[in-house]
Amino acid sequence: MFKILKYSFYDLMRSRWSYVYFAFYLALGFVLLFLNNDINKAIITLLNIIIVLTPLIGTIFGVMYFYNSKEFTELLLAQPIKRSTIFLGQYLGISISLTLSLVLGLGIPFLIYGLFESSAIFDFGLLLVVGSFLNFIFVALAFNVALSNVNKIKGFGYAILMWLFLAVIYDGLFLISLIVFNEYPLDKYSLFATMFNPIDLSRILILLKLDISALLGYTGAVFKKFFGTNFGLFVSLFVMVLWVVFPVWRINRKLRKKDF
Amino acid sequence: MHKISILLITLLFSATSLFAKQIEVCATCEIKTIKEAISLADDGDEIIIKAGIYKEHGVILIDKSVKITGIDFPVIDGENKETILSVRADNFSISGLKIINVGQSYTKDFAGILVSRSNHFTIENNILEEVFFGILIEKSHNGIVRNNTVSGSGMNQAGSGNGVHMWHSSKMKVSNNTVFGLRDGIYFEFVKHSEIFDNISYENLRYGLHFMFSNNNEYHDNIFTNNGAGVAVMFSKFVKMKNNQFIDNWGSASYGLLLKEIYDAEIEDNLFSENTIGISVDGSTRINYKRNTFLRNGWAIKIVGACYENDFSKNNFLHNAIDLSYNSKINTNTFNNNYWSDYTGYDLDKDGVGDVPYRPVKLFSYIVHKTPETIVLLRSLFVDIINFSEKVSPVFTPDNLLDNNPLMQRTDDTN
Amino acid sequence: MIQINNLHKKFGKLVVLDGLDLEINSGGIFAILGPNGSGKTTLIKSVLGMVIPNDGDIKINEQSVLKKWEYRNQINYLPQIANFPANLSVKELIAMVKNLRPKEANDNDLIKLFSLEPFLDKKLGNLSGGTKQKVNIVLTFMFDSELIILDEPTTGLDPIALIHLKELIQKEKSKGKTILITSHIMSFVEEVADEIVFLLDGEIYFKGSISALKKQTNQVDLEHAIANLIAKENV
Repeated sequence: MFKILKYSFYDLMRSRWSYVYFAFYLALGFVLLFLNNDINKAIITLLNIIIVLTPLIGTIFGVMYFYNSKEFTELLLAQPIKRSTIFLGQYLGISISLTLSLVLGLGIPFLIYGLFESSAIFDFGLLLVVGSFLNFIFVALAFNVALSNVNKIKGFGYAILMWLFLAVIYDGLFLISLIVFNEYPLDKYSLFATMFNPIDLSRILILLKLDISALLGYTGAVFKKFFGTNFGLFVSLFVMVLWVVFPVWRINRKLRKKDF
Repeated sequence: MHKISILLITLLFSATSLFAKQIEVCATCEIKTIKEAISLADDGDEIIIKAGIYKEHGVILIDKSVKITGIDFPVIDGENKETILSVRADNFSISGLKIINVGQSYTKDFAGILVSRSNHFTIENNILEEVFFGILIEKSHNGIVRNNTVSGSGMNQAGSGNGVHMWHSSKMKVSNNTVFGLRDGIYFEFVKHSEIFDNISYENLRYGLHFMFSNNNEYHDNIFTNNGAGVAVMFSKFVKMKNNQFIDNWGSASYGLLLKEIYDAEIEDNLFSENTIGISVDGSTRINYKRNTFLRNGWAIKIVGACYENDFSKNNFLHNAIDLSYNSKINTNTFNNNYWSDYTGYDLDKDGVGDVPYRPVKLFSYIVHKTPETIVLLRSLFVDIINFSEKVSPVFTPDNLLDNNPLMQRTDDTN
Repeated sequence: MIQINNLHKKFGKLVVLDGLDLEINSGGIFAILGPNGSGKTTLIKSVLGMVIPNDGDIKINEQSVLKKWEYRNQINYLPQIANFPANLSVKELIAMVKNLRPKEANDNDLIKLFSLEPFLDKKLGNLSGGTKQKVNIVLTFMFDSELIILDEPTTGLDPIALIHLKELIQKEKSKGKTILITSHIMSFVEEVADEIVFLLDGEIYFKGSISALKKQTNQVDLEHAIANLIAKENV
């Protein structure tokens, strides 16, 4: 698997898009910091960008790579290598290269700016961790979609739809359900609904670290009690891990039946 | 005979006031307790308490205009029994004392210093620690309370009292005090024509400042930080609040400032920073908000009851999660010339005023108002989208609630 | 060498292989022919494990290969469309495939044979179709395996490369290898194949030598013989 990972990774590291992505984050980091002059505020702006863009880019990259490397994959499939090894290798290759672009692209400007002397270093660290998770989650989801769709255009469409659902539509439904069931206690429900969407979960995790917990606490102690503690953080990260593990597991399952 | 005796008494009195004596109290002095000193004192006398520990409580000063002065902060330890020093006199002063361990009670308001029905007095430079109530003043006038440090270690609201507590008084000046660890830092009820300034009130269980039924007062240049619920100003008219700082009142039901049933107030040049709610306004009318800065609050201003004819101008709204929450479709309040960090308009004629009006009430804040649980969707892309659509064509938020002349640069303020 | 029993494969509702039985002995060149959509590629991919059959069994050297992967070390496969990761160079690709297979490779001879030296450092994305196919051939023939499967090997090749390819195939045959070829170029098939396997409607319609086929159809050349086979079926 390591060999496949290595080759996929090198392949991506040399592709123009990795650089574009890296350069984008680099520019973003610099612009935010040097326009705002305030690490804390830059982190809030980054949050908005990361929870929307990272999933989108992970999805697009995942789907594109899957379809574009179809022939390469077939070449590999004819080699004495296990199927799951090939795809896990490719999956990790993309996820790691995207994550590297993110971490370096944002890390460099923040380091230059003097992150280590700032109290925001943990918030920033959490932001990167969450961003990385989102990369791994959405590349895995994209692979799932691509594996289920032979047609490239269809697969691409579904993948974007999936992103749209998790980034926007889910929240819309969530909001409507909250308004409709206004009469009932909704704290536990909200908690669950958040867990079922990695984007929402990431958003809440970072918001809480950015000390907006009191705003959430306003709606009820449940949220605050849960997310405000280390236990909550641990459970949230665990759920994020599940969000990676489950799609990867499904990739493996799909692969067993898949024809190339 | 009768006339002569009156003359003699008058002479005697004027003599004592002319030749006021000093009474020293210390462990090795002739007079060893404060109680004894007070009983010996006459009008105009000065009681000088030297450094040492005096285990006394229930000390009462009545109808004697004396000056009580501590040297090097003598400690008066009430041993958690009752009120330590009670005064009912005019023209007295208390300074330089360290008063500790006031008794706690669920039925009586024990205080470090209790002043009632007094006029023209000064309480200054005292340290009060482990108090139930600190300085409790009732039905008194023309007093000065300054440079005192009052603290408690209350764990719950019922088991602690207030730092500087005033009731049915007027023309008081409360300044340069530091109060913390109490229920309410400073408490005013039925107090008129008084001034509160340069105080620091922090880490109190309930309010940094609590203000009820007190008209025509002014408070300025105070700092209120990290109090359980912030500052509450209720049921009062003609209050001026200037240059105060309301900082870091985070909590599920905290705010920088709570206004309830306030009429004709001036709120100017204050800083509201990192509070769950900057100002929570309930049923308050004809208030002018000028040059205040709202920085990184959850809600900068949350209007919950009917509020009419308030004017907001030249304020800075900087990076609040929600700038304004408004509950009604009717609006008679005006917003003009404020700086909004969320403003995305442009200024083509370069006059420093944005060419497009700003709508401070977002659809999301309206929704959160109706269903508080929806706050969990804060900063979601979906929320940005619905906010944008509401901005383009307002349906739920009052049509006329807008700042027609939003500033392009934040207004200059001292904060 | 290869035994295929009762192989079934459907893609959705489309039945591609319908109870196919086939036995291929060791040694020799076998051409798998058939009209478009007859299941040639599906058959090859089933053997390679890239397509998962719905039913039936495939054995190589008496061992079932379904759900296995190690056996592929004994198969060299030339895929139909040569498309490689665009950002790798030819050299890196060869190194990579060598890296992935734990066996000896004689890539240098083949590179020389196809004059690929000038392209070694070029990115694969910048190569012409013919050059890519040459790289493809190098990758296929550089290992020493018992079974060689070539899917449309002649695509895009110039005459000289074609001659080299034919030589390579004959050389492997002489070593006693089993070679499966699919091709639409009948002259190529006629030139190299020892035996024809003709697929139609998911079944083996004919299996035998070229001369036997000609005899059976009364045709002088292979092209017509094949056309005849298809036509007969349609009558």
